[in-house]
Amino acid sequence: MGATAIRDSYEIAIIGAGPAGLAAATYCANAGLSTVLFDEQASVGGQIFRAIEHTPVADKQVLGASYWRGADLANAFRSSSAQYVPEATVWSLTPEREIGVSLHGGSVLTAARRVIICTGALERPFPIPGWTLPGVMSVGAAQILLKSAGLLPRGSTVLAGCGPLLWLVAWQYLNAGAQIDAILDTTPAENRIRALPHAASFLFSSYFRDGMRLLRAVKRKVPFIRGVTELRAIGVDRVTHVEYSRGSAGTHRLAVDNLFLHQGVAPNVNLAMSVGIEHRWSDEQLCWVPVLDGYGNASVDGIAIAGDGAGIAGAEAAEWRGRLAAMAAARALGRGVPTAEETRAREALASCLRGRAFLDAYYRPAKAFRQPSGDTIVCRCEETTASQIVDAVALGCPGPNQMKAFHRCGMGPCQGRLCGLTVTELIAEHRGLSPQEVGYYRLRPPVKPITVGELAALPKTEAAVRAVVRV
Amino acid sequence: MFQRLQPDAAGRTVTLTIDGRSVNAREGDTVAAAMLAAGLDHCRTTPVSGAPRAPYCMMGVCFDCLVVVDGIGNRQGCLVPVREGMRVELQLGKRELR
Repeated sequence: MGATAIRDSYEIAIIGAGPAGLAAATYCANAGLSTVLFDEQASVGGQIFRAIEHTPVADKQVLGASYWRGADLANAFRSSSAQYVPEATVWSLTPEREIGVSLHGGSVLTAARRVIICTGALERPFPIPGWTLPGVMSVGAAQILLKSAGLLPRGSTVLAGCGPLLWLVAWQYLNAGAQIDAILDTTPAENRIRALPHAASFLFSSYFRDGMRLLRAVKRKVPFIRGVTELRAIGVDRVTHVEYSRGSAGTHRLAVDNLFLHQGVAPNVNLAMSVGIEHRWSDEQLCWVPVLDGYGNASVDGIAIAGDGAGIAGAEAAEWRGRLAAMAAARALGRGVPTAEETRAREALASCLRGRAFLDAYYRPAKAFRQPSGDTIVCRCEETTASQIVDAVALGCPGPNQMKAFHRCGMGPCQGRLCGLTVTELIAEHRGLSPQEVGYYRLRPPVKPITVGELAALPKTEAAVRAVVRV
Repeated sequence: MFQRLQPDAAGRTVTLTIDGRSVNAREGDTVAAAMLAAGLDHCRTTPVSGAPRAPYCMMGVCFDCLVVVDGIGNRQGCLVPVREGMRVELQLGKRELR
């Protein structure tokens, strides 16, 4: 196994090699802590800096400066003494900080005195009719294909939804010479008023400067249809058309080979929730956000969360939150951290957070696209529809966990990652309660599926064997 | 439907079998990316209704790219890098008990 041999214990374990994880691991290793970084992907960068060390997109203008910034982070990490374990799926983390990791079909257990969860964000579900058809993908997936494999869409391509990532990917596609036939913008008009109180700080943020340039460049080249209130992907074995309407202005149809959907991102909470870390519903970001102190320390002792998993704030903020969590860990483990270093990190973080409240309000996804109705599939794994969920509420089903018993939604391999927010919001809406009151799926390890054989092959303590074996 | 941005002269080619077809991929591709680049329409059919599915998220969270890799089922195609000689099959419906 050589360099990849997993030790029995570390001073600090970091899960996820995106900007937060890379910055945290680099800091901890440089502070002299024995540090391990587990990541599910084959290479560092997370999704935002995906394939940063080996992307086939050689022309730096295509992906832009915000992507290539990641190369410095990756280099700094590579020059540190942190142990890097790629293609490693962390499927279990206990409150005692025992970590179950699956590597190439076999599992090992390790432990750490401190853990920083940097599992980032995932794209908010976008449940419209036909979103399970081949040819329909998330905008984030389209971007990953570009960064990691140099793939561009072929045939007619439509992007639909709202949020900064949609515009970034449209811009990157145009830079790469791809054709986009239309952007169907679902940003609700009333969001402008909602965002207005946050406009001042946004105007002084880097989001404004960079964002406006990008928006203008895309709108010059791509037919842009605003105010879309209904979307439907149409096809039998693959998508052939997208149908949309704008209020009462009738229905339109476009032929498509690729339909890419996006309506923002939300924290990837599965691992954190499975340890029992307290989360609260954020009305601003419409998702679950962990309860953390100013260093990212969570409600379970010795475990911190940094990056977008701590609440959506973007890649630059993720880096600084990663460093702050690392500083707290270093102090807890008896290493000195200069106050000036922390002050600098806090100032940098504050500057990154400027403008975020505006983006949250402006790109708040429309209710119609968060709370579907009728035959629209909500749970992609178990193919549970919106009307099945609503009908179960009428029968007295009180929450997401009980909904599993009715319709198995959330019990498939994705473990609620693609339906959880929708199910919580639908139940809350139809019970007249807040999402906070309705709650979320109870998540348990293994947070990613592993085989029974893999579990059985784990080393066992004598006590564990005695508990089940009759002598 | 996808196409390569440019012929990747620097990158090395890996040859694998997907659904019985010999396919060239770029070293560094995931199985899911290689399938899309090769023009495959779907990579599995669902155990519930048998509907065809293709990769949706490409980052390991949606499980719609589940395939059989070298005889082992339920592998997430978007997390498995291609390797020379790899055999990838579509994952059709429910798993059969053997």
